[in-house]
Amino acid sequence: MNFRIHIPEPKTPLPDIKTGEGLLQWISTVDHKLIGIMYLWTSVFFFIVGFAEAFLMRIQLALPNNTFLSPETYNQIFTTHGTNMIFLVLTPMIIGFATYCVPMMIGANEMAFPRLNAFSYWTFLFGGLLLYASYFAGGMPNVGWFSYAPLSEKFFSSTPGVDYWILSLLLMGIGTVSAALNLAVTTLTMRAKGLSMTRLPLFVWMVFVNSFLILAAFPVLNAGLFMLLIDRQLDAHFFLSSTGGAPIMWQHLFWGFGHPEVYILALPAFGMVSEVIPVFSRKPIFGYEFVAASSVAIMLLSFGVWAHHMFAVGLGNTFNAFFAASSMLIAVPTGVKIFNWAATMWGGSVKLTTSMLFALALLVNFTIGGLSGVGFALVPVDWRLTDSYFVVAHIHYVLIGGSLTGGLAAAYYWFPKITGRMLSEKIGKWHFWLFFIGFNCTFFVFHFLGLLGMPRRVYTYADFPYLGSLNFFSTMGAMVFGSSFILFIVNIFYSLRHGKKAENNPWNAWTLEWLTTSPPQPKNFESVPLVKSRRPLWDLMHPEDPDWKRGNSKKTQGHE
Amino acid sequence: MRRFLDTILHFFGKMSTSSSPGEDYINRLFLFFLILCGVIMVVVIVMILTGVIRYRSGRIQGEPDQRTGNRAVEMTWTVIPFILVTFFLVLTIKYMKAINSPSAEGKKAEIRIIAHQWWWEMEYPGYGFTTANELHIPAGRDILVQIESADVIHDWWVPDLGRKIDAIPGRINYTWLNSQKPGEFRGACSEYCGAQHAHMLIYVVAQGKEDFDGWVISQQRVPGPPADSTGAEGARLFRERTCISCHNISGISDDAHIGPDLTHVSLRQTILSGMLPASRENIIKWIGDPQKIKEGSHMPDFMLEKDEINALATYLEDLK
Repeated sequence: MNFRIHIPEPKTPLPDIKTGEGLLQWISTVDHKLIGIMYLWTSVFFFIVGFAEAFLMRIQLALPNNTFLSPETYNQIFTTHGTNMIFLVLTPMIIGFATYCVPMMIGANEMAFPRLNAFSYWTFLFGGLLLYASYFAGGMPNVGWFSYAPLSEKFFSSTPGVDYWILSLLLMGIGTVSAALNLAVTTLTMRAKGLSMTRLPLFVWMVFVNSFLILAAFPVLNAGLFMLLIDRQLDAHFFLSSTGGAPIMWQHLFWGFGHPEVYILALPAFGMVSEVIPVFSRKPIFGYEFVAASSVAIMLLSFGVWAHHMFAVGLGNTFNAFFAASSMLIAVPTGVKIFNWAATMWGGSVKLTTSMLFALALLVNFTIGGLSGVGFALVPVDWRLTDSYFVVAHIHYVLIGGSLTGGLAAAYYWFPKITGRMLSEKIGKWHFWLFFIGFNCTFFVFHFLGLLGMPRRVYTYADFPYLGSLNFFSTMGAMVFGSSFILFIVNIFYSLRHGKKAENNPWNAWTLEWLTTSPPQPKNFESVPLVKSRRPLWDLMHPEDPDWKRGNSKKTQGHE
Repeated sequence: MRRFLDTILHFFGKMSTSSSPGEDYINRLFLFFLILCGVIMVVVIVMILTGVIRYRSGRIQGEPDQRTGNRAVEMTWTVIPFILVTFFLVLTIKYMKAINSPSAEGKKAEIRIIAHQWWWEMEYPGYGFTTANELHIPAGRDILVQIESADVIHDWWVPDLGRKIDAIPGRINYTWLNSQKPGEFRGACSEYCGAQHAHMLIYVVAQGKEDFDGWVISQQRVPGPPADSTGAEGARLFRERTCISCHNISGISDDAHIGPDLTHVSLRQTILSGMLPASRENIIKWIGDPQKIKEGSHMPDFMLEKDEINALATYLEDLK
């Protein structure tokens, strides 16, 4: 028997899903652009799921002693909400943009390993679906996205939810590691002629640095997950103190991954605004070397700060002092970036497009999140703040105010390239202001709730002074916040059909992805000009005043 | 809005009138931290607003000057944070040591607190009794407390009395408690510990020496036999319906630590670790359908008849 299945390669930039072969083209594709788009749609889909979960929690917490959700349901929802937002929304968002943009930004036609790229996506997707399959198998996981042992051990959590959680994260972890490997190799080997590492667009720099973070951090998580799975399924004792194991070991493993993970989600967002802010300020980034080097510093330091999640464990003054020092230190390179972005606008010509507004919102909200994070490095202050609602405020300011806001800036920025149509700026502005106001109303009050003594992860709270009113205010904010995303999704679907047709380079940007058509043909480039500086398209458009002649940076000279 | 302002005032008010030396240190460091946050936030916002307003598009024709970067400026805003970090690190280490001193090594804890899913057990080894969910301490001096867990990880947190400390199975943690004045303080378990994490509240009563000594005597007293026949029936049920396997009542059982000690339950303010006010009606409701009152808790429903529950409630009420 010798029969063959016809596997169609994409013939058009965006195969129409309704035609006979269209769906098959999406499923069988190894094209980095189609895979990138699938990552982004997956992210949008799971965002809707995760937001629905968040909204149920906000309804439950709107009033003290509310009985809208049972404790068991609430605990399942807050667990899947956390896991969902981190692994199924922000991770595919950053990997989606990276997979789509990195090859084009370095003038390549494909990723280094196109088949591995498809493998990464599908492994990730099925890992994600497995998380929710637990719902049909006897209950979703209910031990938090951090799954602290021994609560996550079989004796205390006997439903299969935690097992599904472990397997789901293992699969997604494998997908993420292979995607990171692919991106690192692509950056190292596929760059256009003349595009040296010192001329890379900052987004590519950040994704490159980030890939090493993923390669080093996810295996730590996967090792821990395997140990927990062996504990649960084969009755081992890694994390059970009653039989000689160490519950604290799980915390070391989890945060050994978990803290780098925060930077894994933040660094690419930093890269996104490092592209957006210069373009809409009409000036090169202020201090390219500082922004790139500080990312490397963040990457290295991020592996030495995990135990600031564990100051209340009681590990002793010396241990705590070390991690206090490293955690404070990592604030410095992060702060440097904020100043660099703000200074980029100075002397420029700032155009407040929706994309730029989101980038500026990142500067404001991420600074709040970064500063509140410094509080956790100050050990005695951490003893007040940790495990309270203050941490909930902090994590949302970092992950929404940082990563997601960066992703939205990137969405408005690259949508014309990806789809060939502009997102509506009119709806975009509404989206932005509802987002900014709604976000801050929802989450800023969490700082006060934490300081007033409200612990996190509680399904309800007693009617102590101010708790009810602040929580109610937050729930109202969440409604505004939610409506902003309805506008975003409306904007996507409206603009896909009726949006203004995009030119190849609608923003007059300077990196190579804007050289090709919008949307790019299945083969990105027929030819790429010799890159002589960090802004090849500026050089093309301004032959009278090219970057490489001016010597913005001494390093740009002398490379070919 | 008014209430929101009240909250802020309430919070800053707290900073000047702290209840314990440990909290004093935290307040002081927190104040420095707030000032740091405020200053940096203002700098960043001013930088952004200047960029947006002063350098808005349309100000000039064509593209602006493309020269950028300034090593001196960049060095400045790299070096200043390093100085600030050093300052905060020194303070952090100093205050951390102060809060944790003197070292607990070689000392005997006055109180043993054992966290359970979802209640607190308090043992006073020096006085020879055990109680639950309500911690009484003498005001005005340092008390060494030992924190353990019987099952999963919990966390002891009474905001007015300073630091958090985890309760971890297989591990003994120590912390100092000190309330400078008599008073009542509330807290809660702060590490997620399962279904009823939300209802694992802490109630601390700091008392003057005489009041505290009086309380100790009342706790040491072994309750006498029930006064009437209903109470006696309750005592019989308590033994026969196996309540006694989990709950300790001095005089009739000694070593059950699975559920809260009930020896002087009627002297406490609340039941179910701060979930309900202690009252006969609430005890009846609780015994009648534990999973309805505190879903997920380890208290089974014994399917008791109405008059059996009544007898048990009478018995528990009489325990003094």
